[in-house]
Amino acid sequence: MIAELTKNERNGALVILAVLTVVGLVMAVAGYADPFGIHGGLVAIAALAGIFAVISGYFAPEPTLARFGEYYDTPSKIGIGLAMAWAVFGLFVGDWVAWLLAYPNATFDAGWSSFGRLRPVHTTGVIFGFGGNALIATSFHVMQRTCRARLPDQLTPLFVLFGYNLFCILAVTGYLMGLTQSKEYAEPEWYVDLWLVVVWVTYLVLYLRLLARRREPHIYVANWYYLAFIVVVAMLHVVNNLAVPISFYEAKSYSLFSGVQDAMTEWWYGHNAVAFFLTSGFLGMMYYYLPKRAGRPIFSYRMSIVSFWGITFFYMWAGSHHLHYTALPQWVQTLGMTFSLMLLIPSWGSAGNALLTLNGAWGRVRDDATLRFMMVAAVFYGLTTFEGSFMAIRSVNSLSHYTDWTIGHVHAGALGWVAMITFGSIYALVPWLWKREGMYSPRAVEVHFWLALGGTLVYVLAMWNSGIIQGLMWRTYNDSGTLAYSFVDSVVAMRPYYIARAIGGLMFLLGAIVGSWNIWMTVRMPAPVPADAGGDQPAIALQAGE
Amino acid sequence: MAVEERDPYSGWMTTGHEWNGIKELNTPVPRAVWFFLGLAALFSLGYWILMPAWPLGRDYTRGLLGLDQREIVAKSIAEAAADRPWLGEIANKDFPVILADPRLMADIRQTGRTLFGDNCAACHGQTAQGGPGFPNLTAGSWLWGGDPADIAETIRVGINSANPDSRTSQMMAFGRDEILPRTDVEAVAAYVRSLSNLRPAGTQAQIEAGKALFAANCTTCHGEDAKGNQQVGAPDLTDRYWIYGSDLQTVFATVWGGRQGHMPSWQGRLSPTDIKILALYLTDLRKRGS
Repeated sequence: MIAELTKNERNGALVILAVLTVVGLVMAVAGYADPFGIHGGLVAIAALAGIFAVISGYFAPEPTLARFGEYYDTPSKIGIGLAMAWAVFGLFVGDWVAWLLAYPNATFDAGWSSFGRLRPVHTTGVIFGFGGNALIATSFHVMQRTCRARLPDQLTPLFVLFGYNLFCILAVTGYLMGLTQSKEYAEPEWYVDLWLVVVWVTYLVLYLRLLARRREPHIYVANWYYLAFIVVVAMLHVVNNLAVPISFYEAKSYSLFSGVQDAMTEWWYGHNAVAFFLTSGFLGMMYYYLPKRAGRPIFSYRMSIVSFWGITFFYMWAGSHHLHYTALPQWVQTLGMTFSLMLLIPSWGSAGNALLTLNGAWGRVRDDATLRFMMVAAVFYGLTTFEGSFMAIRSVNSLSHYTDWTIGHVHAGALGWVAMITFGSIYALVPWLWKREGMYSPRAVEVHFWLALGGTLVYVLAMWNSGIIQGLMWRTYNDSGTLAYSFVDSVVAMRPYYIARAIGGLMFLLGAIVGSWNIWMTVRMPAPVPADAGGDQPAIALQAGE
Repeated sequence: MAVEERDPYSGWMTTGHEWNGIKELNTPVPRAVWFFLGLAALFSLGYWILMPAWPLGRDYTRGLLGLDQREIVAKSIAEAAADRPWLGEIANKDFPVILADPRLMADIRQTGRTLFGDNCAACHGQTAQGGPGFPNLTAGSWLWGGDPADIAETIRVGINSANPDSRTSQMMAFGRDEILPRTDVEAVAAYVRSLSNLRPAGTQAQIEAGKALFAANCTTCHGEDAKGNQQVGAPDLTDRYWIYGSDLQTVFATVWGGRQGHMPSWQGRLSPTDIKILALYLTDLRKRGS
């Protein structure tokens, strides 16, 4: 990894890491009485480890100019490894909290293992750890291929990847110590958020630099989506996390917003995180790996355009459907609901575009579990977006809100769509990146597919059942005209479904473990053919100054 | 260079672009997409016209139907109250009258169960049988009186709560505060357990000593006969119900370190009628249990 950096980049890396070490040490000293100081220590240790890594490779010969004849895939390779590690970790914690709901004592009487701390560890682990790393890794790969240009330098992508993972680690360790902003999916405290801003802006600039170097006249659809993902997440993250720290050496902060404004900002953020992190970025993934694997042209370029702009425009308005029947003024709820309904058409446009692309390749879908992962992902994307628009209708929401139906809906999207498209893409990508003929065990891919699909179905069906039962129990009246059930009655009724859900989650976790093993074995397989890029090369010639 | 070609499978032309082997067909957007997009937009437009929808600076478009979620909630709350005429009777009638009315008691049993489940079960348990630290409400003597009016008052003000009218009581820490030496505390514990014939019993000497110590130190609250005093919330020590536990170690810990139980005040959180329902529900629960 270090040998691929130029001398200047190695020096640059050392400067960045030295600054980070100093920042970490200052945080550790100033905040010694607070978890802030522990995080400072963590930052310093991470940066010092980086310094050792750079120094150990510092005197390796510089990369030759021949590197400009190849794509730069090291960050993608590391990113895939990190994504799978976070997947196993995040899914494990998720399944743990799922069992906690059926067996609440499984916390070992420790503070860090209480439900309230483990739950954000799960959500951050899978969304940002697994999803984020997969998005970064695939975006680097897809951007280079569809621009026919090598990443502009070697250091920035590594900075983005490792910096992003530092963010994830600070977030997760913070929750375990009890640090949280109490904003769903935006739990990390102010200094962790600031660090992500640095990383994310670097990511955006890197992306734009690569786009500027492209040797294709047009920008491919996948890149529209990746760009929307990067730009909008930056905007959401900055606005929703505006906060005033109680001091510069303590972790706690207070949001700039309060009351219903805070709720609205949070769910504008929350729903667009679903839109632009969990949908847009993964649509970018789908638009590259699905046609590539199927060997079919995209069904309709025009539909790509309609869907992209529809999704980008409509999603922005939809957040208030999370706050139906609350203190939020009704007119805001109306807008959230109607835009959510209109959103269904472009969403189905994307799902349809993916499925119709497979016309002429359904035989391959039957035989190839990798492509089947992507096909099922598109189906779940369609199902989930329908369900989402449906649940955004106020009268439906009055039944579904605050119930497990919401959890089922989210996981239909997260497991069925996001994780499936990611696994499919990774199974396609790994042999390409490591120049293998295929995965080590196609059979294990098949096993993973069925575990993932089975787990998702068990999970989602359990939560649909429990959610609708819950919602109905909460609104059932007895002959006296009062509520027929206490809240605890509904909790007791949920128990069998909670156990079923935990079993579904366990299946999904096992699938991810099988997948990680398979990827590891593929990487360790001997390379069969001597390096022949086979056309997998950038078009870019040496540029002035490189 | 854009070179369009015909896709042999679908028969559509490509757009002529290619990225890393990926091509796109120039298939027109299916009519159904435009149709449903138009339909969704029309529905939204209609909804905006009928319902509160767009902000206008300090105001917003109210919608032709004139619906307002706050008014709707207020209205449905009023309608629901009209569905429960018996609540007015509960509010106005006295406890003995209600207890004698099977129709009202049927309502109490249904509504009391959920009220209890949502407000009391977290401590006293789903079946009101209590647990360590929380008294059993279905059997045994009451700490502060078992008359429905007494129960309602306990619920209203709580025990050792922040309510100014709170019932207050404290079992002193005889050992920790050095009122009695350790051997005396052990003797008192042995004596108290002997009142309910618990095994293993202490030695006869311990029980005798404990009896004298009890008479000197404990009877002010628990009474000469150790049957407690509902004026000060002192429990009956002769029955088989124990709030904190009857094993020797727990009884010793109670005498040694004292106890100060806590029950929140429900005034302001439950309506007076709800409190009345709960008092009646518990009275009835005990009557049915016995």
